[in-house]
Amino acid sequence: MQQIRERLFRRLIILCTWASLVAVGLICLFLLLSGLPALMEIGPLRFLLGTEWRPLAGLYGILPMIMGSIWVTAGAMAMGLPVGLLTAVFLARFCPEWLHRILSPMVGLLAAIPSVVYGFFGIAVLVPAVRQIGGHGSSMFTAMLLLAIMILPTVISVSEAALRAVPDSYYEGALALGATHERSVFFTVLPAARSGVLAGVVLGVGRAIGETMAVVMVAGNQPRMPKGLLAGVRTLTANIVLEMGYAVDLHRGALIATGLVLFIFILLLNQLLASITRKEER
Amino acid sequence: MTPSPSKRSTSLSRRLREYRRSPISLVLRVAVMVSTLLTVALFVYLVGYIFMRGLPYLKPSLFEPVYTSQNVSLIPALVNTLTMTLLSLLLAGPVGVFASVYLVEYATRGSRWVTVVRRAAETLSGIPSILYGLFGTLFFVNFLGWGYSLLAGAFTLAIMILPLIMRTSQEALQAVPDSYREGSYGLGAGKLRTLFCIVLPSAVPGILSGIILSMGRILGETAALVYTAGTVAQIPDLMGSGRTLAVHMWALYSEGLYMNEAYATAIILVGLVFVIQALATAIARKLTKG
Repeated sequence: MQQIRERLFRRLIILCTWASLVAVGLICLFLLLSGLPALMEIGPLRFLLGTEWRPLAGLYGILPMIMGSIWVTAGAMAMGLPVGLLTAVFLARFCPEWLHRILSPMVGLLAAIPSVVYGFFGIAVLVPAVRQIGGHGSSMFTAMLLLAIMILPTVISVSEAALRAVPDSYYEGALALGATHERSVFFTVLPAARSGVLAGVVLGVGRAIGETMAVVMVAGNQPRMPKGLLAGVRTLTANIVLEMGYAVDLHRGALIATGLVLFIFILLLNQLLASITRKEER
Repeated sequence: MTPSPSKRSTSLSRRLREYRRSPISLVLRVAVMVSTLLTVALFVYLVGYIFMRGLPYLKPSLFEPVYTSQNVSLIPALVNTLTMTLLSLLLAGPVGVFASVYLVEYATRGSRWVTVVRRAAETLSGIPSILYGLFGTLFFVNFLGWGYSLLAGAFTLAIMILPLIMRTSQEALQAVPDSYREGSYGLGAGKLRTLFCIVLPSAVPGILSGIILSMGRILGETAALVYTAGTVAQIPDLMGSGRTLAVHMWALYSEGLYMNEAYATAIILVGLVFVIQALATAIARKLTKG
C-alpha cells in the first residue's frame, strides 16, 4: 500500500515537472504556428526591414518598431544603469545597517509597483515636463525616462547581491594596501562583482524591452522610424497591444509575428544571461 | 555579514586628509550618495504624487457594488483581482511546489533532466507579460475556445508565475539541512512521510515568500490580461470576461474620461502592493534570522 502511494506520488510530481517544459513548448509552438504564415506571406525581409507600417494599405514593415524598442531600451539603460549601480554600491558598502532596513524594502516596493501606475505617473508628471523642453511631451525621451525609473530596482537588487557576494578579504586587502574606502570598493570589489552586475544589466534590458503598458502611455506610438528624442515612437510591445484588439487576418498575423520577433530578442537575452551566470559558477 | 561602515568610519579630519590625497574618493562618495538620494526622491515623489492626486477622489461611490459610468466603482475589479489571484495560485502553486520537490528531493542532482527543466523555467521567467498575453489569446481564448474569461486569464497568469514559485520553492527545499531527512529516515519514516512531515513544513516560509511575490505580480499585471480575461467591468463567472484592478486602471486610461477616479484606484492598488510587499519582507526577515 505504502509503495503504491510512493509510486503514485512520484508519477504526480514528475508530471508537475513537465509543466514548465510543456508551457515553453506550447508558447513556442503557438507563436510560430500563428506568426510564421503571416511572416512568409509578407516576406521576411519586407517584414523585418520595411519602414512603413500601414495595415490598411497592406504595408507591414516593423523596422520602425524594432528601432523604437532598441532606442528606448538603450536610452533607459544609459540613464538608469549609472544611478542604479551607484545606489547598489551605496546599499552594499556605504549604508549603515539601520538605513539599509529602510532602503531595501523601498527598492522592493519600487519593483512591485504595477506598470500601469508608472504609466499614470508618466502621463501626469513626465509628459508635461518633457513638453517644456519641446514637442508634444509623449516622446521617445519620455519613454526612456520612465523606463529608466522602472529598471532601477532590477539593476539595484541584482547588483547589490553581486557586490555582497564578493569576499570581504578583497576589500580588506585593498584597505591594507592604503587605499581609501571608496577606492577599495570601486577598484577591487566592483570589478570582482562584474559578472553579477552584468547579469543585472541584462535583466534590466529584458525588463525595458518587454515593458508594454507604461511605454504605450507615454511614447506617442507613431509607427514611423524614430525621428529624434522629442518625437513620438512606437515599440514592438506597443504595436501588439495597441492593435491586437481589432486586427484580423494578415494584420493579426503580422502582430503575432511582431511578438515572435520580440520573443527571439528575449531568447537571445536569456542565452546571454545564462552564459554570464554559468561563467560565474565556474 | 560585513561590519557596518559606521563602525569603521574615521574621524572627520582624517577623512578630509584622505580626500585631499585622493580626490577621486570624494567624487565617488558624492556620486554614490547623490544616486541613492535620487532613487529615494523618485520613490517618494512617485508614491506621494499618486496619493496626493488620488486622495480627493477616494469617495464612497467608488466602492459601490456595481460599476456604472456614474460611480466608476472599483469593487467588481477588486473582486476579480481576488478571484484571479486565488485561481492562478491554485493552478501554479501545487504544480510549482511539486515540481520543485521532484527536482530537489527525487531527481539526481545535476542530471541532464534537471538542467533542461531549469533552463525551461529560466526561459519562462524572462518572457515579457505581453507575450504571455499573446499566447493566452492564441491558446486559451481561441484554440481552446474559452473566449475572454477569468479562466483564460488565470491559466495565463499561472504559467507566468510558475517559474517564480519554482525558483523560490527550490531554494527553500535546498535550504532544509540533510540531517533532518536523515534523522527522519533513521526513525523509520518513508520518503513520503519524511517529505510531508519534515521537509515541506521546514520549507514553508520560503515557499510562502514565493507565493506572496507571485501575488504581487498578479496584482500588477495588465498586458497579459487585456486580451485573455478582457476588460468588462463586471463580476463574471469563471467563463465570463472581467477586469482586475490593474486592467481597470488601464481601461480608465483608454477611455480617458475618469482620470481622477483612476488615480484614486491607483491608491488602492498601490496600497495592496504595499501590504503584500510588507508581508514578503517580514517573512524574509524571519528567514534570515533562522
